[in-house]
Amino acid sequence: MDKQKILIVDDSEMNRSILADMLGDEYEIIEAENGSEGVAALQKYGSEVSLVLLDIVMPEMDGFGMLTVMNRYRWIDEIPVIMISAERGSSHVERAFELGITDFISRPFDALIVHHRVVNTILLYAKQKKLEGLVADQIYEKEHRSTLMIDILSSIVEFRNGESGLHVRHVHTLTEILLNVLVHKTDRYDLSQTDISIISTASALHDIGKIAIAEEVLNKPGKLTDEEFAIMKTHSMVGANMLAGLPIHQEEPLVKAAYEIARWHHERYDGRGYPDGLKGDDIPISAQIVALADVYDALTSERVYKKAFPHEVAVEMILEGKCGVFNPLVLDCLRECADNIPTELGDDNAMRRNQREMRNIAREMHKHEELSASERTLQLLEHERMKYSFFAAMTEEVQFEYTTQPPMVTLTAWGAEKLGLDEIIMDPEQDQKAISLLGQDGWRELSDILHATNPANPVVKYDCMLHFKEEPRWMRIVARAIWSSDEPPRYTGAIGKAIDIHDSRTRMNDLEHQATHDALTGLLNHSTARKRIVERLQERPDGRYALIIVDLDHFKRANDNYGHMFGDQVLIHLAGSLRQNIRGGDIAARVGGDEMLLFIECKLEIEPAVERIFTAITGQYEDFPISVSMGVAKAEELGTDYDRLFQAADKALYTVKRSGRGHYRFYDDSMEETLSVISPIDGDTEGR
Amino acid sequence: MTLKECYAALGGDYDEAMGRLRSERLVQKFVLKFLSDGSYDLLCQSMETEDWGEAFRAAHTIKGVCQNLSFTDLGKSSSELCESLRGGHTPEADALAQQVKEDYQRTVQAIQTFEREMGG
Repeated sequence: MDKQKILIVDDSEMNRSILADMLGDEYEIIEAENGSEGVAALQKYGSEVSLVLLDIVMPEMDGFGMLTVMNRYRWIDEIPVIMISAERGSSHVERAFELGITDFISRPFDALIVHHRVVNTILLYAKQKKLEGLVADQIYEKEHRSTLMIDILSSIVEFRNGESGLHVRHVHTLTEILLNVLVHKTDRYDLSQTDISIISTASALHDIGKIAIAEEVLNKPGKLTDEEFAIMKTHSMVGANMLAGLPIHQEEPLVKAAYEIARWHHERYDGRGYPDGLKGDDIPISAQIVALADVYDALTSERVYKKAFPHEVAVEMILEGKCGVFNPLVLDCLRECADNIPTELGDDNAMRRNQREMRNIAREMHKHEELSASERTLQLLEHERMKYSFFAAMTEEVQFEYTTQPPMVTLTAWGAEKLGLDEIIMDPEQDQKAISLLGQDGWRELSDILHATNPANPVVKYDCMLHFKEEPRWMRIVARAIWSSDEPPRYTGAIGKAIDIHDSRTRMNDLEHQATHDALTGLLNHSTARKRIVERLQERPDGRYALIIVDLDHFKRANDNYGHMFGDQVLIHLAGSLRQNIRGGDIAARVGGDEMLLFIECKLEIEPAVERIFTAITGQYEDFPISVSMGVAKAEELGTDYDRLFQAADKALYTVKRSGRGHYRFYDDSMEETLSVISPIDGDTEGR
Repeated sequence: MTLKECYAALGGDYDEAMGRLRSERLVQKFVLKFLSDGSYDLLCQSMETEDWGEAFRAAHTIKGVCQNLSFTDLGKSSSELCESLRGGHTPEADALAQQVKEDYQRTVQAIQTFEREMGG
């Protein structure tokens, strides 16, 4: 076992260490410099702390302050405090005791005394807790014994009656079941659990008067004569008189209930019963219920004069009024619980119910302690809640909580502000503002991935574009699905937060753009273009494709005459007009210093498309005439291998350059042996 | 110098301390620890700045420590000073503080001597 914890609250380090030295071998010592620290320690360790040793005069919060807090939170009920102080004034001591301390030790203290008092106090508190348990056990035991005595007594009566011996127990059980149904149906009779328990126990004595009936009458096998029946009928009044004649215990609720039951359990609701002919609710409810239980058990048991009826038949007979007239409400109770009766009358069940009843009593006894315990729990809960909302308010984060039942989203104040939503959104699926934030599909997708989790792996990440008031931004939603502890677990909602990843995401996109594009012209770079073209060719090899390499004629002259800056402008201009003259799905890239590549797909013939592009891009940029040479390779003729296409276009271009520039040619086999024209891009080590 | 002689020098009751703390090891440990207790500095400081509440608490702490260790003389003077400061500053407080200072220095000297001789 861990060492028990003692909290020492004293502003003098010397004093703390003297005490710690005395006790440290046997206990775990927690030290606090003043009342505030002491309270913090209690908050942290709760009732793990077995004892507090407390000084009075301290800075910040003194000993009285700490005691006040301990009273406010009721910790003083659970944790004993011994005050140690040089303050001897009786008003101090008195006030300390009023605040609930267990003991007061004045300085200078004797090590032995401190040690003894600490040990004693801790033992005493432990004992007190154990005693509470013992008391409950004893009540148990006592209740059990008195029930046992009543059972024995009633069995003697039954034995004489020649009954099964189970009759008393059955009537007890039935009475209890019926009463419990009754209190759920109506509050007309004002019965507490204690009343039900008393009536059920007292029911055992309903036939106690029968010990005064002569055995010949009591156990006569055949039908009784009128005289015999008259004698038999006296048992209720005789039993009542026996109970009324008890020299002591007259005020006991049990005796009172037993009297009512013994005297009136043969009355009828229509007033035609005996001995008093009481009618309706003049008959105490206890007697009404026991009468019904008695009749049921008599019907279902074998007697000297009859066989046992099955359960269903017995219930039917009673409900049809063949065995006396009962309160309709009581009959309703029987109807309601009829199906449970056979199993409930089984032995094991009776035992189990007994234990259950005991537990209920014990629980009721402890209601007071339980209350303070749950208050402490609430306190802790409140503390957690406060802590959570404080930190939630501090962080600039969108935090949310979603429950399916009721359908509701709760946002932190900051989050609600940021998203332009309310802090609490009922029926979020119907909320237009919430829907437009992520879009119908986005919500569905998020909901799907949360549903797809399981209790072992409930956390998901979901990147999405949220449409804020000002501008859409990339957010990452990290959420934890909440699964119930049922079997199988149910999805009951989610908690999580949305993190703004827009900047890093945008930066990523920029980097990606940089990695795939030519910095000067903004066209794709060669390797990316190649990759995309290869993909396209693989996806749809049957398309009518052309790969064109475009070379800017006399580019060197532009550079030499107007400078590199101007040369760059010319390239940007050419890239722009290329981009304008191809379709959305086509690809344009810069593949060399002044060579650009086009990859186009045509629905119809390729030739007119190439002619159109050639004409469109030829022209003028400021004073510089834009003239281009183009080599074209057709996939129709050369197949879908990229390198083959590229080389063919390159060779066609070379042929154009050799034959005077300013026009274009399609590749044909005659160009097989020509060279490449591709020049390096400035600062580019990639080559091709 | 023995611990008992040290007690005699600083005006304390060795037998009483032993009677309560019940071990020479413990008594010695805390006597030596007394040197590092900051309460006296705090007292001087707060008397200086006329923070009487703080001075009261400091005197109170010295008193408590002295009582635990049976430093009779310093315990008595600090206790008197403490009472004179309980409700704020009083005319006699300054003289009592002077007394505490003398007792404190005597106590510290005795312990330091004891510590030196023990070490050597």
